[in-house]
Amino acid sequence: MTALLEVKNLTKSFQGLVAVNDVSFALAPGRITALIGPNGAGKTTCFNLVAGALSPTRGQVLFEGRSIERTPPETVCRMGIARTFQIVRPMKDMSVLENAMVGAFSWTTSVKEARAKAYESLESVGLAGKANARTDQLTLPDRKMLEMAKALSTRPRLLLLDEVMAGLRPTEAAGVVGVLQKLAESGLTILLVEHVMRIVMEVASTVVVLHHGAKIAEGKPSDVVADPRVLESYLGAGFHA
Amino acid sequence: MQKKFDQTSDPKRWGAGVLVFAILAMVGSISNAYIISLLTVVLLFTFMGQSWNLMLGIGGQLSIGHALFVGIGAYSVAILNIKYGITPWIGLILGAAIAGLIGAVLAWLSFRFEVRGIYFALLTIAAAEFARIMFGGWDYVGGMQGLFFQAPTGSMDIAMLRGDTRFYYFVALTLAAIGVAGTEMISRSYLGYVWRAMRDDDDAARALGVQTFRHKILVISISAAMAAIGGGVLGLVQGAIFPDSIMGMSISVDVLIGPVVGGLGTAFGPLVGSMAAIPLHHAMGALGDSFGIPGLNSIAYGAVLILVVWFLPDGIWPAVVRLYGAIQLPARVRISKLREVENDRAA
Amino acid sequence: MLSLWLNVLASGVLIGLVYGLVALGLTIIFGVMRVVNFAHGEMVVFGVYIGYWTVRIWDIPIIAAAAIAAVIMFLFGYLLEALVVKRFVNRPHHYQFIVFIGLSLLFSGVLLVSFGPDPRPTASQLSFQTVAVGPLTLDWARIQAALTAGVLIAALSAYLKYSAFGRSLRAAADNRLGGLVVGLNIPRVYAVTFGIGSACAGVAGALISPLFDAQPYLAVDFTLLAFVTVIVGGLGSFGGALLGGLTIGVAEAVAALMFTPSMKTALPYALLIIILILRPRGFFGAKEV
Repeated sequence: MTALLEVKNLTKSFQGLVAVNDVSFALAPGRITALIGPNGAGKTTCFNLVAGALSPTRGQVLFEGRSIERTPPETVCRMGIARTFQIVRPMKDMSVLENAMVGAFSWTTSVKEARAKAYESLESVGLAGKANARTDQLTLPDRKMLEMAKALSTRPRLLLLDEVMAGLRPTEAAGVVGVLQKLAESGLTILLVEHVMRIVMEVASTVVVLHHGAKIAEGKPSDVVADPRVLESYLGAGFHA
Repeated sequence: MQKKFDQTSDPKRWGAGVLVFAILAMVGSISNAYIISLLTVVLLFTFMGQSWNLMLGIGGQLSIGHALFVGIGAYSVAILNIKYGITPWIGLILGAAIAGLIGAVLAWLSFRFEVRGIYFALLTIAAAEFARIMFGGWDYVGGMQGLFFQAPTGSMDIAMLRGDTRFYYFVALTLAAIGVAGTEMISRSYLGYVWRAMRDDDDAARALGVQTFRHKILVISISAAMAAIGGGVLGLVQGAIFPDSIMGMSISVDVLIGPVVGGLGTAFGPLVGSMAAIPLHHAMGALGDSFGIPGLNSIAYGAVLILVVWFLPDGIWPAVVRLYGAIQLPARVRISKLREVENDRAA
Repeated sequence: MLSLWLNVLASGVLIGLVYGLVALGLTIIFGVMRVVNFAHGEMVVFGVYIGYWTVRIWDIPIIAAAAIAAVIMFLFGYLLEALVVKRFVNRPHHYQFIVFIGLSLLFSGVLLVSFGPDPRPTASQLSFQTVAVGPLTLDWARIQAALTAGVLIAALSAYLKYSAFGRSLRAAADNRLGGLVVGLNIPRVYAVTFGIGSACAGVAGALISPLFDAQPYLAVDFTLLAFVTVIVGGLGSFGGALLGGLTIGVAEAVAALMFTPSMKTALPYALLIIILILRPRGFFGAKEV
């Protein structure tokens, strides 16, 4: 099975400060991979490098074999990688449906097609009933879902989710987990950046752990949790000893 | 906030538009030449205001130097017509093309390093002033003495776009109608969605695949071309053009005053706003003249501008729509709306 | 020939310092409040009239006139901010533009009503005195204006850098929310800022009153000149305002020698466009606008 996305020796430094250090991993198609790590581990930087919002200092990002590390975000999106933002960013003067339509215009200029696709995306995240609501009437979980719907409307092959579950209550997070599982079943590849480990365990088939910008573990969730280095990074040295 | 959520439905809006323009067409039959020519200017500024509105209200790009494009249009028509006897139609097309190109170049210069917002706005005003001074010192186009169209013979000639006051009124009315309908159509096409997304959040729009750099250049280019067409006709209507009058800062102000006073990002805002602001500007001028005190007009106009922005922050049209909505909604709906508001407050 | 060029350059530098002061006023206001004062030229012209009248009535030195202008224009700016501008600080730029265009029309109308449209030739004897420095022959008025402007720019920069209030002002400029959090009295900071910005314009106006005939219509030219200066220097940067002022002053002087008068007025704009192509944020541009 060839990888859909391959990250090779990715390094990013900001004015001498190394945020991501020589990180490599690959995403298998149709699976959910989670990128986890404690605060300041370089998850978000790594995520932005893949999404084209940042350019790496060194290293490569290959999407379907093509290198995309210097590609601007709009082109990355048009190639089939959609992303969400950690801080939700709905277009405030547009309705929920209109928000979801924008993404569709990356592959069509027909308003009718875009509307149909937007409904479909909203349906897949359970927001179809609120299509005509204003975005400021949405609750936080709904806004997170709208972010996903917007991204889904671009018809991505790879979906990058930046802390979709941050700030959600456990029951709300469970709803998101259900949506993600359904999306993965339909063949979508998902890369998930998440701080909360517990949720990740339920959905991810592979977990990549970052600490101080470097990869310290990769593997099945159950294996990774048992890894002493991972525990140490989250809980501090000496905790498990 | 209310502006994107139309209180009125689609056919109703189009119906209202047709009605407004039908009334304006009937107004064209009244005989008072002063009112007709004043309304002609109002309609031309409605059209040019619509172009500015497209750029800021939908595209999110602020220009405070639209006089540049207005002037380019006016000079293209005037030079070709006065010097070479070429029909203004060609001048209008050429002017629109040149203005569109210059708008695109300005946008490219500014946005290539993501310099946006007020910097771009200041660049537009600087470019307009530069052009005004250059045209003032350019003998070929008459310098400060300007260019004069041949006095109209009174007979209508559509091929040469010449005719009496009423003819120009209908030309301006047609343009204004095209402007309103065109803006409405663009804002309902994919361009409208993409531009509004880019206006609200550039980075988020890019992440959804919107090529914002290209779209900014496009919206500015279209806006500039529209303004140039309005300027070309304005020159014809005025019979003469001078750099200070057609490219001066007051033109830039008059172009944007309509949409801001009327309601930004709305289709009818520029019409309502120009209807209010342009005659006011003229009336204040007349007032100052009648007292024989220079400066009185600018005091009054200045004060009115400040007061309008102060007390009608969204403009006149949204205020009217709100009022209309409040009257229209049956009591039951109104109560449920009130409840919603209260719930929002409680939350 | 060489001495002619030197003279032109020197007079360009001298007037450039005054332009720098005008631009500094605009840039301080923008830097702290993110507001572009489109009525800045009117503030300069107020200063020109203050210089004209005080010198004419009391026959005081131009420096004293400048001090009076500073006090009057500071109070004027302070009150204007507290009464009007305050309400529009957080509105989008196009609303602010209309408000300031309204203010500018209002002010120039008041000037027209009060003083009439005719230019008032300067009342100062200073206009005719010259000083010879080596090969240079310079107007005494220009030298005084430039020296005063230069000293003021330096003093203001030092004040902003070292005084407690200056530091809080710069803190507000860097981060409005942060300033709010650490307990700055933002409304007062804004009003004082606007006062200082207006005072800069007023002082510059008084200083050049021996050089320019007082006339209401000068205002638009000064506003546009100040814009060009701050964009060239970088909006929101103090050093940039000075450098921009000098660049424009010298460029104007050189252009007056080489080109027709209309080209002279167009040159700052041409310069602006060239600089935007090469350095889109000006010499010392702020990062985020």
